[in-house]
Amino acid sequence: MTPLLEVRDLRVSFPGRHGRVQPVDGVSFTVGHGETVALVGESGSGKSLTSLALLQLIPPPGRIEQGSVVCLGGTDLLPLTGEALRRVRGRRIGMVFQDPMTSLNPVLTIGDQVAETIRAHLPGSARQAADRAVALLGEVGLAEPALRARQYPHQLSGGMRQRALIAIALAAEPELLVADEPTSALDVTVQAQILELLDRLRASRRLSVLLITHDLGVVAGRADRTLVMYAGRLVETGPTAAVFGAPAHPYTRGLLASLPSLRGPRRPLVAIPGNVPDPSQWPDGCRFRPRCPLAEARCGTQPPELPVGEARRAACWLAGTAGVAAP
Amino acid sequence: MTAAVLWRHAGGRAGMLLLGALILLVLLAPPFLPAPYLQPDPEHGRLLPPGAGHLLGTDDLSRDVLARVVAGGRVSLAVAAGAVLLSVTLGTLVGLAAGYLGGWVDQLLMRLVDAALAVPRLFLLLIIVGIMERIPLGVLIVAIGATGWFGTSRLVRAEVLRLRTLDFVRGAQALGAGPRRVVFRHLLPNVLGPLAAATTLAVGDVILLEAGLSFLGLGVQPPTPSWGGMILAARSDLVNAPWVSLAPGVAIVLTVLAVNLVGEALQDPAGEAAT
Repeated sequence: MTPLLEVRDLRVSFPGRHGRVQPVDGVSFTVGHGETVALVGESGSGKSLTSLALLQLIPPPGRIEQGSVVCLGGTDLLPLTGEALRRVRGRRIGMVFQDPMTSLNPVLTIGDQVAETIRAHLPGSARQAADRAVALLGEVGLAEPALRARQYPHQLSGGMRQRALIAIALAAEPELLVADEPTSALDVTVQAQILELLDRLRASRRLSVLLITHDLGVVAGRADRTLVMYAGRLVETGPTAAVFGAPAHPYTRGLLASLPSLRGPRRPLVAIPGNVPDPSQWPDGCRFRPRCPLAEARCGTQPPELPVGEARRAACWLAGTAGVAAP
Repeated sequence: MTAAVLWRHAGGRAGMLLLGALILLVLLAPPFLPAPYLQPDPEHGRLLPPGAGHLLGTDDLSRDVLARVVAGGRVSLAVAAGAVLLSVTLGTLVGLAAGYLGGWVDQLLMRLVDAALAVPRLFLLLIIVGIMERIPLGVLIVAIGATGWFGTSRLVRAEVLRLRTLDFVRGAQALGAGPRRVVFRHLLPNVLGPLAAATTLAVGDVILLEAGLSFLGLGVQPPTPSWGGMILAARSDLVNAPWVSLAPGVAIVLTVLAVNLVGEALQDPAGEAAT
């Protein structure tokens, strides 16, 4: 079965002081029908730009490089412009942004904002759209949806606003929901509820979800597959359980080792030394090399994404060897 | 910002009451005033001091000063309202275009605004009305309106630049809102707050400007009364009949005070936080 979304060799570039830099540098992945895929990485890894590029929302002067392909259900999205592009945004791909405090228009009611997206894409009267908006607000778990529809964003809590944003993203019944850090601005208890909701919606609507996050705790148990991004490239991809159970790339291992765990023996948390390098100063070869405890001479050449076991790949020369696979 | 919030603000309430009273007076009073106010009226005396027959006295052509202040108020307020409406509309459209489109459109519009702002507004107006042989009210309104939008456009542009980076504007685009919807449904309504405050304050400026122009003889033309024109006509009698120029002067001060009180209240962050 062909995947719903296919991204091939995606490159996003910005003008820098010494020529263009590429914060997203050759990213390829797929999202299947009804699948949840998590894209994980630190700040500056390029994960948000990757999600924005799907809908050509890269802020100028950035641009998507020639040769990149974003294909949704057989449609190549990157050549689209104007009205054709507008009909994909929201209609086929819905987006949920990170900050529920700033993602809603403060002067429009919640119901109006849901109805606006419905009317932008689907036929029907204003009355029908308003009714549909109330139904959607109920579906995303807001109590008293008719009342909420008449309220303004400042009258809702953070968790309620995030639910409203999800309702807006789903208003035109998209096939793919892209959620960029949907829980980062929320309390921990509310985070779990929102993730629960996304899971439920995916099942009931046969939705595909691309979940962008820096929080591995969010990913564990929610996503079918996990993509780990570092310095503009995917370093490891595979089924979530396998990636978490036996990380094949030293960077993934570092990420997992820096997470506190409630289970297992007590151990000191390990921080990965250093920071994600600036896109203008990416090292040659493997970009994790300067921070990697296992770096050796051949790491000066960029490793390809090598297969490691069932449906897994890792961009590391040492991938699959015993020294790395053991956690 | 609703009227109720404005009402709770002490200065805002005083301004609204005063402005309301002035507008009511100017709109409703004429049938009750001693006519005529345009033509000399030899039945009454010249330069009568305020008294029973003429509450604010008469001017050098024996016309009732109160009647002329009310009639002049209609003209002055109409000119102010028309000119401000025009300048705010122009300024908002230019500001939205510059802020939303950016790039060379922004550069071009803002450099034009810079150039226009470098010339004092009164000089711009003098040039425009100076080349006209007659100055009908319509021309005066357009001239004042067309020279008053520069500041507004900068204000709107700055707000749009701020709003454009907020997630809800990017979100609207991500969900398939076209440019027109983004501009008029997401950007414009969020600009209205600061715009309302600036607009109210602009009304005060325009009333003073029209009074100044009329005082220079380049504004509202006699015999149509206007506050500035009345002060001009009465200047030779300033010492022996001060009420003739004081009455329109006080009217100007009260009106500008009222709109500025409202404008200040609209700008008050405490009031905004309450919305």
